Amino acid sequence: MIVSLEWLKDYTDVKVSPEEFCERMIMSGSNLETMEMVGEDMSKVVVGKIVKIEKHPDADKLVVCQLDVGEEEPVQIVTGAPNVFEGAYVPVALHGSRIPGPLHGQPKQEGGTKITKGKLRGVVSNGMLCSFGELGFEDKVVPVNQRDGIWILGNEYPVGTDFADTMELKDAIIDFEITPNRPDCLSMIGMAREAAATFGTQLKYPDTKCENEEGNAADYVSVEVKSPLCKRYVARVVKDVKVEESPWWLQRRLIHAGMRPINNIVDITNYVMLEYGQPIHAFDIESLAGHKIIVDTAKEGEKFVTLDGTERTLDDKMLMINDAEKPVAVAGVMGGLNSEIEDSTKTIVIECANFEANSVRTTSKRLVLRTEASGRYEKGIDPNLCEAAADRVCRLIELIGAGKVVGGKVDIYPQPESAKTVHARVSRINHVLGIELDREQMVKYLESLEMKVEGAGDDMYVTAPTIRQDIEIEEDIVEEVARLYGYDNLPVTIPKGNNEASQSYERDIKDLARDTMCAMGANEIQTYSFVSPKGVDNVRIDEDSWERAFVQILNPLGEDTSVMRTILTPQMLEVMGRNYSRNLDAMKAFEIGNTFMANMIDPKGLPYESDNMSVGVYGKDEDFFTLKGMLEELFDKLGIKRVKYIPESEYGVYHPGRCARIVATHMAELENGPAEEEVELGIMGEVHPEVAEKYGIGTRCYLAELMFENVTELADTEKVYTPLPKYPAMSRDIALLADEDMTVDQIEDVIRQAGTEILRAIRLFDIYRGKQVQEGKKSMAFSLTYRAADRTLTDEDVQAVHGKVLEALKEKLGVTLRDM
Amino acid sequence: MQERLKQILEESKKQLQEAVSVADAEDVRVKVLGKKGQLTEILRSMGQLAPEERKELGQAANQVRSEVEKMLDETFENLKSKAREAKFKAEKIDVTEPGKFYKLGTKHPVTITIEEISRVFKSMGFTLTEGPEVETVFNNFDALNAGPNHPARDWTDTFYVNDDVLLRTQTSPVQVRTLMNQKPPIRVFAPGRCFRCDTPDATHSPMFHQVEGLVVDEGITMADLKGVLDSFAKQMFGPEARTKFRPHHFPFTEPSAEMDVSCFKCGGKGCKVCKGSGWIEILGCGMVHPNVLKVGGIDTEKYTGFAFGMGVERIAMLKYGIDDIRLLYENDMRFIEQFK
Repeated sequence: MIVSLEWLKDYTDVKVSPEEFCERMIMSGSNLETMEMVGEDMSKVVVGKIVKIEKHPDADKLVVCQLDVGEEEPVQIVTGAPNVFEGAYVPVALHGSRIPGPLHGQPKQEGGTKITKGKLRGVVSNGMLCSFGELGFEDKVVPVNQRDGIWILGNEYPVGTDFADTMELKDAIIDFEITPNRPDCLSMIGMAREAAATFGTQLKYPDTKCENEEGNAADYVSVEVKSPLCKRYVARVVKDVKVEESPWWLQRRLIHAGMRPINNIVDITNYVMLEYGQPIHAFDIESLAGHKIIVDTAKEGEKFVTLDGTERTLDDKMLMINDAEKPVAVAGVMGGLNSEIEDSTKTIVIECANFEANSVRTTSKRLVLRTEASGRYEKGIDPNLCEAAADRVCRLIELIGAGKVVGGKVDIYPQPESAKTVHARVSRINHVLGIELDREQMVKYLESLEMKVEGAGDDMYVTAPTIRQDIEIEEDIVEEVARLYGYDNLPVTIPKGNNEASQSYERDIKDLARDTMCAMGANEIQTYSFVSPKGVDNVRIDEDSWERAFVQILNPLGEDTSVMRTILTPQMLEVMGRNYSRNLDAMKAFEIGNTFMANMIDPKGLPYESDNMSVGVYGKDEDFFTLKGMLEELFDKLGIKRVKYIPESEYGVYHPGRCARIVATHMAELENGPAEEEVELGIMGEVHPEVAEKYGIGTRCYLAELMFENVTELADTEKVYTPLPKYPAMSRDIALLADEDMTVDQIEDVIRQAGTEILRAIRLFDIYRGKQVQEGKKSMAFSLTYRAADRTLTDEDVQAVHGKVLEALKEKLGVTLRDM
Repeated sequence: MQERLKQILEESKKQLQEAVSVADAEDVRVKVLGKKGQLTEILRSMGQLAPEERKELGQAANQVRSEVEKMLDETFENLKSKAREAKFKAEKIDVTEPGKFYKLGTKHPVTITIEEISRVFKSMGFTLTEGPEVETVFNNFDALNAGPNHPARDWTDTFYVNDDVLLRTQTSPVQVRTLMNQKPPIRVFAPGRCFRCDTPDATHSPMFHQVEGLVVDEGITMADLKGVLDSFAKQMFGPEARTKFRPHHFPFTEPSAEMDVSCFKCGGKGCKVCKGSGWIEILGCGMVHPNVLKVGGIDTEKYTGFAFGMGVERIAMLKYGIDDIRLLYENDMRFIEQFK
């Protein structure tokens, strides 16, 4: 809501500086967007009268003007403006003056522009004649006939006087943010009511009583309301209308409120709309067939051309203003081209109506047509405003002599809105706010907002004016008291009671995983929860796979963000691709985030949400095993033991020979008691070259995606101390000759079984292929550590077991010892 | 013999002075004190002397011995330290060469900011709680007292999955879940992702994070709200931070407020960050609306509460001076690594 402070003072006598005004209004609940001082950024700009115009001797498009600026001699100024004439009063920027706006066709300069005398095509020009724009006005508020040329003043003014003073341009223009609960503040009177309560001043309502009225409006026009969507319809009539330019004070206030002056009738309807917050429409009575107004919903598919010249298709939910034959306006949205006020208009009908907020909102949306009026109606307007606003329009028309007001009015108001009374307790207000304010003070605050307070003692029965549609329950009264008491004045306390802070175990494990991944050099990424459904195509997910059970967004911003992600893999690849394309030669990253699966059982229910974790790496030091090492260390940190990596060649994301499913074994509480259970933790591998190419990653890259819920389920962060070994260990290194497709797991399993309890550790430390090893075979070197808990092992002890290990390897796997 | 002793002492002294290596000194030791050394020989030959002479010579010889030993010790020590010095000199390195590569990863700045906020609220006894990103319309709007025609419900503002399910537009539905599942006293906070139909630009992202807070107990007042959030501001932005509570409107709180914090860049004098006002808007808050408490079946006469919510990206951007929200979701490693 744009408030001109100069205008506001019509309604309440605020004496503070604009800065203090804003500060205190903020603290009483009117939040400030911007405050701008206008009219103060020009100097040596005066009112001048053009006394003579001659052609420029050397330029067709220029003229030489002699101006009376109140000095003995006229001042000579050359201008190219086409609209100057002898006798016109204009703003004159004298030599050495400063004007705020940009010069014609040039960008605006900080601090304004200095005007000095000079020669234009050889003729001396001692200053400049100014346009609205050059004096700092935005194009959208400049009257249409003044847009191309010098600002021609509509009246005679004393020449030589300071222009800003004479035209009363100096003002503070304040833009307040109005919250949706306070549509009453979208008006000058509403803001004045707030200011009066804030500063303890009186609120003065504008003059609405005409001095002379003739005839009866009901003889001119009849109104019929056929739809309950119209809560009230007030019509007044003005005859002998003279459509012309408004007086300057009216134009100036509209301009300062950000509106363009059009003509006196339109300007007055806009002015009163700004004053009361009540949209007003004026019809030419001659364009109303049968001089009749019928408010009803439209016929489905009916066509109608609005004031802006656009033909629109209506539906049967849209409320229309019709005459005896045809629609003439979309109620509360926009008038029709067929009933527009024209210069020739003689008699007008002034409509001040109240239309149901949602109906206007829906209509405006369906037509994709938002107007000042529709914006106001959809926020909710007090129907009791209609009458005063209509009267005010008539009074202003009378005041500026724009027509003769016809007496009486047509007022259709089937269910008058009456004020509600709210019960509030002094004790409750104090209890919620943590203060001890007495009743008297509370009553004073409420009365300053034009509320009536009745009752006694603790009980207050508060009746708010109907304009305050937001006052419904006791808490609303608490809020009114609080904001006028001042939030700043409320004490600052810490709530009593002692809560133990905690967080879920799942969150603990997530935090631990993040810390661990970072410690291993991976950066955390965060990507959108919604993705393109194409991601799963890009990573070659099977057609019927669960990763395609998307939760679809009905109204996405675009296809890119149209479904909720089921896996994190595509986004990790996208991030790797982006970093690769920006010439980062290595990257290590992870993400822990929610994934979503459509609810197959109840399509109207919430989807299944679960956390996943992705890890992605590339770079010259990275391979399958560096990624696997990270995961192993992560599982170790989370206390997940017995993790197996099972070769997987079917999952499209990965290189078929370099991919593993990650499976952990744990003791689960099953129906028949505790038993071992295998749980899949996720999948990892080298990204399939086709997939990498899709994402523009020109190097081998490696990826893992874990189902974090399973990781959390198996995590065990309890630590139990194991005594340090008392007896020394003995180690035996062996080099084994094995077939190429023999896995480390296979060999270790056999060693572990044969090794008895004294075998404490098996460590692979080398794999060799090449010279001295025959084709199709590999040499694998293991270090075996033997130790007993209760004695020092002898060579014989170890040899007995170690021999069995070698035997088992040979028998079960055909693996033999190789000379080292 | 006395002469001979004197001569041995002099010679030893001279040779040790000239010694340049441990080996040279060792030679002297062997020559004088060794099994066949000069002094050993003298001592061995003393048996032939008269007791008087033996005693006298013995004393003299022992004195020479101890002097030579002392000189030897000193020489050895001297030579060792010289050798060490030489070694040090040879092993000198350029300490300004770069360290060997070792790299910690970095958490995402949004995570870091959430962790900082969490630390503060945990210190005040708040329990971290979470809710789903895909929510019911009931939890996101109805239960939070947003009327059936509240503009935020529009399809142009909120992402819908169906008529009853949406992507939550705020973390406030966690309040509803908490109120329905827990009895007072309640003191929780909830970080999480939210979604609104905003086309991405420098200050808008269709996905962003909020941290929500809720306190419900007997005797909770608006003064308590001010106390907790003022303490949060001081812990988060430094002890000199001041707060200002301005009246505002939210459907789910009443009275409602917005909290400004004195600009942490300029301290309140006015600068580019605070757009000259000296204050930065940080969060929305208020006393929980009775309609919201009623959803959880809470006796609104007995219990009162306050709630608050803040945008994580906004705080992160202000704190780190990030001028484009999109950077947060591009995940350029060079960006993320700046928050190490």
